[in-house]
Amino acid sequence: MYPPRFKYVPARSLEEAVDELANYGYEAKVLAGGQSLIPMMKLRLASPSVLIDISRLESLATISETAQEVRIGAMVTESALERSPVVAGWAPALIDTSRVIADPLVRNLATVGGNAAHGDPANDHPATLAATGASFTLLGPDGSRTVPAGDFFEDIFTTALEPDEIMTEIAVPKQKAGTGSAYIKYERQVGDYAIAGAAAYLKSDDSSTVGDARIYLTNLGPIPVRATDAESLLEGQTVSRRLFKEAGSAAACAAQPWSDMRGSSEYRRRVAAMVTGQALEKAWTRVRKGRHG
Amino acid sequence: MKLTGTSVRRVEDRAILCGSTRYLDDIRIPGTLHCAIVRSQLARGRLASIDVSEAASAAGVVRVFTASDLGPSNGPIPQPTWFPAPEGLRKHIEVMTRPEYAHLLAPGRVRYVGEPVAAVLATSPYAAADGAREVYVDYEPQDPVVNIEQSRALRGGPLNDGRPDNLAARFVVRKGDVDFAFARADHVVSGTFRTGRQTGTPIEPRGVLADPTRPVFTVWSSNQAPHWLRDALATYFGLDPADIRVVAPDVGGGFGIKSMVYPEELLIPGLARLTGAPVKWVETRTENFLAAVHARDQRHSIELALAGDGRFLGLRDTFTTDAGASNLESLVVPYNTAAHLQGTYRIPAALIVHESYLTNKAPLSAYRGAGRPEAVFPVERIIDVAARELGIDPAALRQKNLITGDEMPYQAGIRYRDGTPLSLDGGDYRAVFDEALRRADVKYWREEQSRGRPEGRLLGIGYANYIEGTGIGPTEKAIAALEPDGTVSITVALPSQGQGHATMLGQLTADGLGVPLESVQVRQGDTALLPTGAGTIASRTAVVVGSAVSVASAELRLQVLDRAAGLLEVDPDDLTIRDGRVSVIGAPARSVPLVDCADPDIGPPLTATAGFDPGRVTFAYGAHIAVVEVHPVTGHVSILKYVVVHDCGKLINPMIVDGQVVGGIAQGIGAALSEELLYDESGQLATASFLDYQIPRSTDMPSPEVYHFETPSELNPLGVRGVGEAGTIGPPAALAGAIEDAIGKAGVIIDRCPMPPSYIAGLIDSGVADT
Amino acid sequence: MDESAATDRLDVSISVNGETVTASVEPRLLLAHFLREEAHLAGVRIGCDTTSCGACAVLLDGRAAKSCTLFTVQVADRTVTTIEGIADDDRLHPVQAAFREEHALQCGFCTSGFVMATIELLERNPEPDEREVREGLSGNLCRCTGYVNIVAAALRAANKVGRTGKGRM
Repeated sequence: MYPPRFKYVPARSLEEAVDELANYGYEAKVLAGGQSLIPMMKLRLASPSVLIDISRLESLATISETAQEVRIGAMVTESALERSPVVAGWAPALIDTSRVIADPLVRNLATVGGNAAHGDPANDHPATLAATGASFTLLGPDGSRTVPAGDFFEDIFTTALEPDEIMTEIAVPKQKAGTGSAYIKYERQVGDYAIAGAAAYLKSDDSSTVGDARIYLTNLGPIPVRATDAESLLEGQTVSRRLFKEAGSAAACAAQPWSDMRGSSEYRRRVAAMVTGQALEKAWTRVRKGRHG
Repeated sequence: MKLTGTSVRRVEDRAILCGSTRYLDDIRIPGTLHCAIVRSQLARGRLASIDVSEAASAAGVVRVFTASDLGPSNGPIPQPTWFPAPEGLRKHIEVMTRPEYAHLLAPGRVRYVGEPVAAVLATSPYAAADGAREVYVDYEPQDPVVNIEQSRALRGGPLNDGRPDNLAARFVVRKGDVDFAFARADHVVSGTFRTGRQTGTPIEPRGVLADPTRPVFTVWSSNQAPHWLRDALATYFGLDPADIRVVAPDVGGGFGIKSMVYPEELLIPGLARLTGAPVKWVETRTENFLAAVHARDQRHSIELALAGDGRFLGLRDTFTTDAGASNLESLVVPYNTAAHLQGTYRIPAALIVHESYLTNKAPLSAYRGAGRPEAVFPVERIIDVAARELGIDPAALRQKNLITGDEMPYQAGIRYRDGTPLSLDGGDYRAVFDEALRRADVKYWREEQSRGRPEGRLLGIGYANYIEGTGIGPTEKAIAALEPDGTVSITVALPSQGQGHATMLGQLTADGLGVPLESVQVRQGDTALLPTGAGTIASRTAVVVGSAVSVASAELRLQVLDRAAGLLEVDPDDLTIRDGRVSVIGAPARSVPLVDCADPDIGPPLTATAGFDPGRVTFAYGAHIAVVEVHPVTGHVSILKYVVVHDCGKLINPMIVDGQVVGGIAQGIGAALSEELLYDESGQLATASFLDYQIPRSTDMPSPEVYHFETPSELNPLGVRGVGEAGTIGPPAALAGAIEDAIGKAGVIIDRCPMPPSYIAGLIDSGVADT
Repeated sequence: MDESAATDRLDVSISVNGETVTASVEPRLLLAHFLREEAHLAGVRIGCDTTSCGACAVLLDGRAAKSCTLFTVQVADRTVTTIEGIADDDRLHPVQAAFREEHALQCGFCTSGFVMATIELLERNPEPDEREVREGLSGNLCRCTGYVNIVAAALRAANKVGRTGKGRM
């Protein structure tokens, strides 16, 4: 398959990338890892006339940490994320997520920023980033702004990212003592989108009752679906397997699945309940581990 | 040391591993035009107009063709004469078959999404793809026919103008008095079972390159049967077959779907002749899903009559196939199904009725197994249903009815597809099944199943027994020649698509002549090298070509001994060939190297040609046992154990045989669990990529255990039975049985494959718990 | 029609198997096509349209990547290794040798991609277990072998890497 012609604009700096994006406007697309965009172009489902290549901007490909946050450059590849000790130590839910995205070869090129910014409800990072309370730095002609992941996704393929903005960084609060998060996805096969995916974040002050809970679901609605009923059901309760199971059922009610080749909406709801329960259990294990406490 | 019977490492591998094999797209001819094909986006409709003006003026585009540019040479295209039922079969069955062949480019109407409508020739593949985007087709939509019910109801009128209905083929096969069998039965069980629409998906898609600038018009095609294509081209162009050369280069997998003559295989040569330039077309994966043949898609309504003790008394089966837009295959696959339906079991009476209907889908034809998985699935399913209804262990019910070695040869009481009486030629079907039970340790897994139940674990065991008629005719030839450099060349017609023919035939030659494997060169798949041949299909190469090579090698050996006898001044009977030297028995110092026997000064080149006609097929057979665990929520299937005991006679290269079996199992597992071509109501293919048509990945495949019986065939000098398709036949049936057993609820019957997790989860929820 | 087509070309130079290949390419030229048509490395195969099969896998700066999903211009001045560049003259790379020994290939169309993916897998994880091998190779499709022998080959090559220290890229 052969993609259509386009004008190639390699950005030598972030400022240049933003300038070029302003310059070309709607005609242009930002080329990051290209693992979603290039397949679309090959199938001629996308034909941008200009591609602004930010893949060589080293400054966007670093992972660093502050006292409170893990800061992940938008161009960090999934495979770099997967192998990052900093992420493993402070935000292990992101590792859960990376490991189930596409396949190992695609993950060598696919970027975290691309996955987050695309607005595809089937992408896995959005639910995890929303659940862990991450925020995105968006750079535009008027400077940069920060948007919480929970507010970023507006509708299917629609996000808070303006056409003249580039996502530059993802900041994830460090998972400190008494907190834990996890992501579980059930897919038919490696490389497929989720039948259902669930990201869970739990906080507990006493290692037996749930303080705060945040649950977001993947591919069960136009954007990551927040399971607020499940969250309220958990908060203040003593943890048990049964509690997590009930929360899973509550989350499944929040899901808005459609029937497709992966199964009926009823089936996908049932899997949503399961993965939510599993994500909660895994997150709770991490709460109790309290490695960084 | 004899090489035959040993796992010699393949002679093909080094080139592949260094990236130096040459598949179709790797052949470069200067001045080649690249073709992109515009395909119908509509399942059924009239072509009101096609506007090619913008495409024709696009950068790099040389010319655009539609049906009207081809005129009468647009077809319909001939298929191999091998495909319709031979007279010998027609005499014995009721049969009606209507050939319904394709045109090169849609002639005024389209019949499936993906049908070629226009061809764009350009100086590069990129330019051709750009040009294809600029061809504007105006369709007048008609009601699409997307299932057999609509086809029978003649939705939108007959699909083929001038025909009263959409029936493409029908036959009836009778054995014994089936009505009497059912009348005296103690039990009759029945069910309806469906095998999904699937396809072979070789990782190399199809491709064609034609060069009209050569002295002999040459066509390369990624094809399993170059001689059939050559004959079709000769008919199409009105040429003598000798004036066309067809070459199958290195082929990246075929699995049956590269064995028919496709519109593109005549279109590309046709365009090459019209333009006077070499033309190349390489299929995209999307096109492969849309326009290469589909397979399976049978629905069986089957009834089994049993005596009180579980003996099978009779079988009635009516099955339909969704043939798609063309009746490409005629009776090949459906009759294979009929011929293999009784399989390994004693069934005294049978009535088999088949009907095949046209629809607005890609044409249906052969894919590895070619009718056999479709037969084994309903039969093994109905046996499982019977076992439950009679309260007999499913393995015991099979044991009671399996044909044993004492009964061989066993006359199945019907005809094979070639018209000969279907005679099961040896082996012991019961013994192989018993061995599989032992190897799988079914007793242990039954205990494990009981232990797991209270914990909510869903474990199950499933069985499949099958036969496979292999090594069908016609005659294949082999030429063995002593080359001037003292090496030996073997020339055969059939190309390889990964089966390791060069190694396997090389082993036979090396042993036959007494030369090292390294000094044997196998040439294949080129009509210029050997003008007659059929195709690499139907698990026939080892049987038919292998036998021809073995005879030719033996003949060449005698010639070499004669020649050497003259040089050494001894009697040929006193000579032997070892390690590439001819020496006097008992006096090895008196010897000549083979190269001396090839000296042109002492005589004409030494060459031997032999043909082998198998007469009739020889049957391979086997038993598959699957042990699975089903996830109670997701319906996900984990295969805990997969055991195959198989008998394909003498093994020429056990490593290659096991590779064939395991590779076939992978395709069978895909067929069982994940692969399905799904059309929507409008006739659009919803699964036209690997994202949606999910073939197994490394994380989806178990490591099957494969064991062999080696009952020699008496129908060929090598004692071999074919093995190419065996692995694909058992898994859908064995896995369906295992999954149904794991769910273990009364009233839950698996009636289809594939069985994706969502389907299985639905079954877990239905039915009532067994007591 | 499109007059700019010729002028839109960009000069790139890429280190391929240790040699610098320079060409003037359209920005849309996929790396897989560049390698096959400009660098004449036909061992790079193309088996799908959707980044699913991995037949086109090469090493890009040492990391396995699907060359059908990269524009050539993105790879300018970087280093690519293909199946043609891994043997040491006549001596097969340990992964190549293991594939032959274990009969891990049949038609061979997917083989280049599997070999490259295996090389990277073992470079990252010199002693993988079977599950890690299966996961590591899950981005490549094979339709002939059923993967069993491919997994065995990767494990065999891993042992060899352990013993001789060979097999690193």
